[in-house]
Amino acid sequence: MCDGLFIRQNRKMLIVSLASLVLITGSALGQEKISGSVKLDGSSTVAPITIAAAEMFMEQQPRIRVTVGISGSGGGFKKFLDANPSLRTDISDASRSIKPSEIERAAKLGIEFIEVPVGIDGITVMVHPSNNFCGHLTVTELKRIWEPGSAITNWSQVRKGFPDVPLKLYGPGTDSGTFDYFTKAIVGEEKSSRSDYTASESDNVLVRGIAGDIGSLGYFGYSYYAANRDKLRLVGIDNGNGTPVVPSLDVIRSGSYKPLSRPMFLYVNKNAYQRPEVKAFLGFLFDNARAIVEHPRVNYVALSDGLYGIGLQRLDTGKTGSAMASAGKDVSNLVDVFSNH
Amino acid sequence: MLRVSGFMRTKERVIHGALLLCALVSVATTAGIIWVLTIESLRFFSEVSPVEFLLGGRWAPLLEPRSYGVLPLVCGTFLVAGGALLVAVPIGLGSGIFLSEYAPPSLRSVVKPILEVLAGIPTVVYGYFALVFVTPEIIQPLVPSADIFNAASAAIVVGVMIIPTIASLSDDAFRAVPRTLREAAYALSATRLEVSTRVVLPAAMSGVVAAVILAFARAIGETMAVTLAAGAMARLTLDPFVSIQTMTSYIVQVSLGDTPHGTIEYQTIFAVGMLLFLITLTFNVIAQRVLHRFREVYE
Amino acid sequence: MTPTNDIFLPRLARRRRFGVIFSVVCAGMVVLAVAVLGVLLASLVQQGWRWLSWDFLSHFPSRLNPEKAGVKSALFGTLWLIGLTAAVSIPIGLAAAIYLHEYAQKSRLTRFIELNIANLAGVPSIVYGILGLAVFIRLFDLGRSVIAGALTLSLLILPVVIIAGREALAAVPDSIRQAAFALGATRWQTVRSHVLPAALPGMMTGVILALSRAIGEAAPLIMIGALTFIAFVPDGPMDVFTAMPIQIYNWCDEPDAIFQELAGAGIIVLLGLLLPMNAVAVGIRAWHQRRKAW
Repeated sequence: MCDGLFIRQNRKMLIVSLASLVLITGSALGQEKISGSVKLDGSSTVAPITIAAAEMFMEQQPRIRVTVGISGSGGGFKKFLDANPSLRTDISDASRSIKPSEIERAAKLGIEFIEVPVGIDGITVMVHPSNNFCGHLTVTELKRIWEPGSAITNWSQVRKGFPDVPLKLYGPGTDSGTFDYFTKAIVGEEKSSRSDYTASESDNVLVRGIAGDIGSLGYFGYSYYAANRDKLRLVGIDNGNGTPVVPSLDVIRSGSYKPLSRPMFLYVNKNAYQRPEVKAFLGFLFDNARAIVEHPRVNYVALSDGLYGIGLQRLDTGKTGSAMASAGKDVSNLVDVFSNH
Repeated sequence: MLRVSGFMRTKERVIHGALLLCALVSVATTAGIIWVLTIESLRFFSEVSPVEFLLGGRWAPLLEPRSYGVLPLVCGTFLVAGGALLVAVPIGLGSGIFLSEYAPPSLRSVVKPILEVLAGIPTVVYGYFALVFVTPEIIQPLVPSADIFNAASAAIVVGVMIIPTIASLSDDAFRAVPRTLREAAYALSATRLEVSTRVVLPAAMSGVVAAVILAFARAIGETMAVTLAAGAMARLTLDPFVSIQTMTSYIVQVSLGDTPHGTIEYQTIFAVGMLLFLITLTFNVIAQRVLHRFREVYE
Repeated sequence: MTPTNDIFLPRLARRRRFGVIFSVVCAGMVVLAVAVLGVLLASLVQQGWRWLSWDFLSHFPSRLNPEKAGVKSALFGTLWLIGLTAAVSIPIGLAAAIYLHEYAQKSRLTRFIELNIANLAGVPSIVYGILGLAVFIRLFDLGRSVIAGALTLSLLILPVVIIAGREALAAVPDSIRQAAFALGATRWQTVRSHVLPAALPGMMTGVILALSRAIGEAAPLIMIGALTFIAFVPDGPMDVFTAMPIQIYNWCDEPDAIFQELAGAGIIVLLGLLLPMNAVAVGIRAWHQRRKAW
């Protein structure tokens, strides 16, 4: 049937049918849901937010594939700024703001990024549930425990009156933004920490470790504490004014959990944002930010609606660069920082 | 067609060549492994002295102040592998002796497949088993002061994992001993115990030793079970009840953070990987040598 | 003549007693090994039993709603991996086995190849992961795709396939080959029409066992970066993926007890894939033993 004569005689009709087939298919696809993929990677602290957003989003848009990796804030940036464009991620989850060296690398590779805040976390310090002698710790005590070269191996060395119990330490690894932030806020210098502790990105290792050792002490994001309340015990933090503050969602939201509450960010590749699937995903996230961030299995503190609006605006207008970096020292008022920089 | 045509001769040559190429893939693989490990290891050793690497006692490549002594990782690896042998050799050897000397064929045909099932279970399952059963039900009741992640738990499950290796390889070695040797001993009124331990075992010794060495090498290379059960703290210790870190679980830990090219953390993957490769290679080669050189030759 | 020196006493009763004790100990070891397997399976079933359902197989993993979580993406990833790994490793491995057994002369090259294969069989799987990361992901630029994972796994099981293939070929009696040669067949004709069919069951057994080893491996896949949140089925060989052992490891890594149980259920599914594969392999071997015409 498909011999030359047939085609020659019916050429016009075949061309018309083929063209209309293409048009119909094209419009049908256009009306269908968008497809494509969105790649995220980075902080394991921020991951519960983006994974929750991805799950909810993919229910509505099953043809868009969102993948979320957990290489740590530092690892996420390395992938965000990979020299090989096909290995690059579209969005980087970060529990700390981008560093000057990373900004430099982005400039060198010609990658323009948009920084948007996505939520607030309070780094939580925890001990074993049966630990009934340590209800709070001062920042100074924490610093003495965690600074490099620290020789404290027993609770009795932490404070007079503490019992003779060996101290076992747990915390995130060095690619973690939580690690960067904690060391900066407590020890005073980023990445400066003693090395003889169980370092892991896996919250399982940390939770099990802390829950399994009577003399344990560890720190990580509030979300992971909230998911494992029954196995851990909170420690209040005294920021030097004599009143220890025990973190909870309300406390963190009020801003009084210092110095360990910190904003979490998404860094979006400006070119990637032009793709419909990335725009759709981020639009969904910001439209439903409160529900996602404060979901019972996510457990972070959402920003104000106004701040999410500012973030979405930055994305739509393509405002690149790091507001946190240009704002200088005082970054406690995020609305100010993101409106003016 | 009794004559082989020119075309057929060419076809035969082409096929011969294609098959040879496939066989050379194995050589290419070895070359690839050595090349990949060496290049990055050399970059690593341009910054860290091999002496510090091999003899240093503190492994802290990711934190300030940095230290690149690999001994804690090696110590952790051998602690787990050695502990695994403590579990696997008695059970494996005993099972091997039972299978070859005592078990009637019907029992053999039941037990051997069961051991094969043990061998076929994925290693991540053994890690899971360590987490949900061994540590809570065995370690903690016996040694309450033990860390929740400890070498003993990992050693036990890795030991279980290599039981089939020792059992079946030693069973093969025992069965290779000719019946005449056993029958001669029986004729001299030896009991079965004496035949097994004083005639068969010495005769099969090369096979048994090779089996143990091979199992040890496998235990050294084991990754998932130790990553899940043994912990993430690199330290130089012989205490099996604290958390340690092995070479394999370190490589996994760094890869999960996915450091890319150029950084020294990335290069540690290759340096430690090279060391692991050389250690397992050495043991495998020794096992093969033992097997071939010391094998008893019967008529 | 009674012996005067003690050491010549037969002491049969005592020796027999030791013998019995020893045999009990050895039997006990076997019982212990079997018991461990039993305990392992029992704890698995106890942990994961209530999650097994059709939903578990058809849902995607979920962190938000673990009650509704499933292994669909991991299962499909594993199936993709089996397919691609088989497609790569079977032809290359069996071809290499045929070369080594049917064609190769005893030369230094041959001994070198055999040495390589024996050594590669003992290399830890994580080293293959490092190789895969450097070669398939970076050098060949395949990204974190199913094909990169499959190629890495193929290299891992290649030595096993080759060794199994050689054993299958060695079991074919030489008389078959000689007869074919006597009738003027070329080497390839002999292999293709006479040796291969006879060796095929043995080869299939070896291949299936090797593949079941590949499916259970997590370490090489972690190295090439399969460890992310993936809630969809791979679209093609170049797509990202996750696999059953990775999903199980992921779940083991969450401290919440419910994920522990999910991991147990995932393991049951994985074993549900593996055990039948092993059974088929062993069955083929047994059937072949009985049916052999020689």
